[in-house]
Amino acid sequence: MKIPLSYVARNLWARRLTTALTGAGLALVVFVFATVLMLDEGLRNTMVTTGEYDNVVLVRRGAETEVQSGIDRMQANIVASHPAIARDAAGQPWLSKETVVLISLIKRDSDQPSNVIIRGIAPHALTLRPQVKLTAGRMFHPGASEIIAGASIARRFNGAGIGEKIRFGQREWTVVGLYDAGNSGFDSEIWGDADQLMPAFRRNAYSAMVLRLADSRQFDQFKQDIENDPRLTIDAKREQTFYSDQSKALSTFISVLGLILSVIFSIGAMIGATITMYASVANRVGEIGTLSALGFQRRSILAAFLSESMLLAVVGGALGLACASMMQFISFSTTNFQSFSELAFGFRLTAAIIVKTLLFSLAMGGIGGFLPALRAARMPIVDALRAA
Amino acid sequence: MYSLRLIFKNAMRHKLRTGLTVLGLVVAIFSFGLLQTVVDAWYAGSEGASNTTLITRNKTSLVFPLPLSYQARIRAVPGVTGVGYANWFQGVYKDPKNFFAQFAVSGESYLNIYPDYLLPAEERAAFLHDRKGCIVGRKLADQYGFKVGDTIPLKGTIYPGNWELVVRGIYDGRQSSTNTATLFFHWDYVNETVKKIMPRRANQIGVYVVQINQPENAASISAAVDKEFANSLAETLTETEKAFQLGFVSMSEAIVMAIRVVSFVVIIIIAAVMANTMAMSARERLGEYATLKALGFGPAFLALMIFGESMLLALVGAAIGIAILFPFAAFLGKVMGTMFPVFQVSQLTVLLQVVAALTIGAMAAIAPTIRAVRINIVDGLRSIG
Repeated sequence: MKIPLSYVARNLWARRLTTALTGAGLALVVFVFATVLMLDEGLRNTMVTTGEYDNVVLVRRGAETEVQSGIDRMQANIVASHPAIARDAAGQPWLSKETVVLISLIKRDSDQPSNVIIRGIAPHALTLRPQVKLTAGRMFHPGASEIIAGASIARRFNGAGIGEKIRFGQREWTVVGLYDAGNSGFDSEIWGDADQLMPAFRRNAYSAMVLRLADSRQFDQFKQDIENDPRLTIDAKREQTFYSDQSKALSTFISVLGLILSVIFSIGAMIGATITMYASVANRVGEIGTLSALGFQRRSILAAFLSESMLLAVVGGALGLACASMMQFISFSTTNFQSFSELAFGFRLTAAIIVKTLLFSLAMGGIGGFLPALRAARMPIVDALRAA
Repeated sequence: MYSLRLIFKNAMRHKLRTGLTVLGLVVAIFSFGLLQTVVDAWYAGSEGASNTTLITRNKTSLVFPLPLSYQARIRAVPGVTGVGYANWFQGVYKDPKNFFAQFAVSGESYLNIYPDYLLPAEERAAFLHDRKGCIVGRKLADQYGFKVGDTIPLKGTIYPGNWELVVRGIYDGRQSSTNTATLFFHWDYVNETVKKIMPRRANQIGVYVVQINQPENAASISAAVDKEFANSLAETLTETEKAFQLGFVSMSEAIVMAIRVVSFVVIIIIAAVMANTMAMSARERLGEYATLKALGFGPAFLALMIFGESMLLALVGAAIGIAILFPFAAFLGKVMGTMFPVFQVSQLTVLLQVVAALTIGAMAAIAPTIRAVRINIVDGLRSIG
């Protein structure tokens, strides 16, 4: 016969202070575990949504980021004439030759400088990135010293708000519009007219090109044509792969750090659960003897104590998860080691993370409670009854 | 003396519980120290910076270069005693995973500014004479097995092409905190090649390294250098090397902050475990406390018993935690290699660990002590734990 769950739950309630302390410890561990997973997921999501699968990015051979890259005008024109590139209504190739550089801006809250990507674009850039939408102000006028800023840059950097001015390249640039790029990496950029930014930075070559193929399946052929052309020193990558490759180091760093922390913390929490459960067993020797005498089997007693520990862990886990879900309202920003520029991303809670977290807390409760439950189950009836 | 023995006996009554609690403390104190060391490793670059070295870079950002012609003009600023320069190279050694810092530097003028790199005189001369030569730090050499005479192939990311460098020397650090995970080679070699393939990018400098006579003059010399190039095509920003390095740290301050917060969270978690243990022990011993009171022992003695036991557990845990941190940090420093060039447990970290343990011990004892002191003798004797 099984021991009812309500008996288990009431046992936890009977020792409220101890239950609360152990539960709080477990909740904190689960909180850390969940936030790290959420952060990694948020970063991955940001970098994947930055690139469109159908877009192709061209950079100089060997370059890993757009900032390192350079494509001169002649090579850009050779690429633009490739027949596989989609054409717009006017018959022009659907591509954007872009110049991408870093400028150092001062953060509003800490007065510390950080590098921000500034991207000079061609008109087609917006149709190539449909996730980018103007939310305030207007688009910059071609030929003017005007720029538009991504939502998270405008919020965090001096001079990047609408109507404000930033000085670089011996000119003042007015922020005339703000855009939202749907939590992608473009939210952490500033955009302007390539034909204005290039002379300001005294650059003659573009940094990179983005284009759309008429038929996405032609990518492999297109890549081969470009990379084998002796006139070109260019690598072609799908835009999505290009950006997710750029966050690999940061993503690995976050997940390794998170893993180590979770392991260390969970050891602490499991010890806490074990101590609590041992005390719980020790306090109830007589009760356990009575249960055995009433005919409950060892298996049932083991199950009762194990489920007590797991219930404790799940309550703690749910509490930790609830706190972690609050983190979704916070945005995290740091410098991406690979692109050497500021990148903002959020904490993202997915169903998979909820399941993983709850399993993690169950496992902690199970492992922590196993030895004490075993001791309870193995207690000889006579000794137990006498001890009481 | 007998009270010490009593404390010890009390602690050993539940060997398993005591053992588990101490283990929990070991884990907490150890991981707290480890995380603090990771944070320290982040700041290592700025800690090792000399206060008589300034860095001059392009005001717009580090990706914009400065003209070579600035060298002579910076040298002419009063108070400047030496000017070297360096370009960040970022080549790939075999696989992008093998990341380590590489700088194309101005040879002798650069090495003179950094006396903390100890290089045997003949290796130094061999490096200066070989245009395709390079020197590598001890840590870097150990990680990849570089020996003098080896050729290191690098695939350029910023400077296209394949570059082959011959190791002419291996330098050691003067202090254990000196970064020896960097490769230095000749700027001239890069520049010659760039001249041929991309003439527009020739004669460009990443940063100037400026040595000054007195640390007190850093601010005025920085201002003088920047004034020299104000309103030119390439305006400069000069700051002390320490500030320059701290700029890098502040770029990832969100991560550093997170690690710091987490290192305190682990202390809180274990404080909860410890408080739990002490609360349970005290609850079981209420009868004894009442007996002690009945025998005439005052509240101060009970407080001494409980605090003593709590502190004993905390300190034993801390001692073991600190003891295992050192070999583990040394091991981790080796594994991480060039990722964290300097990975060392500082004295401050050990001090913080001890303070954290004492705090945990004291906090855990508060609630049980209050309970024991307040207990009425009759109620206590009646209590069955």
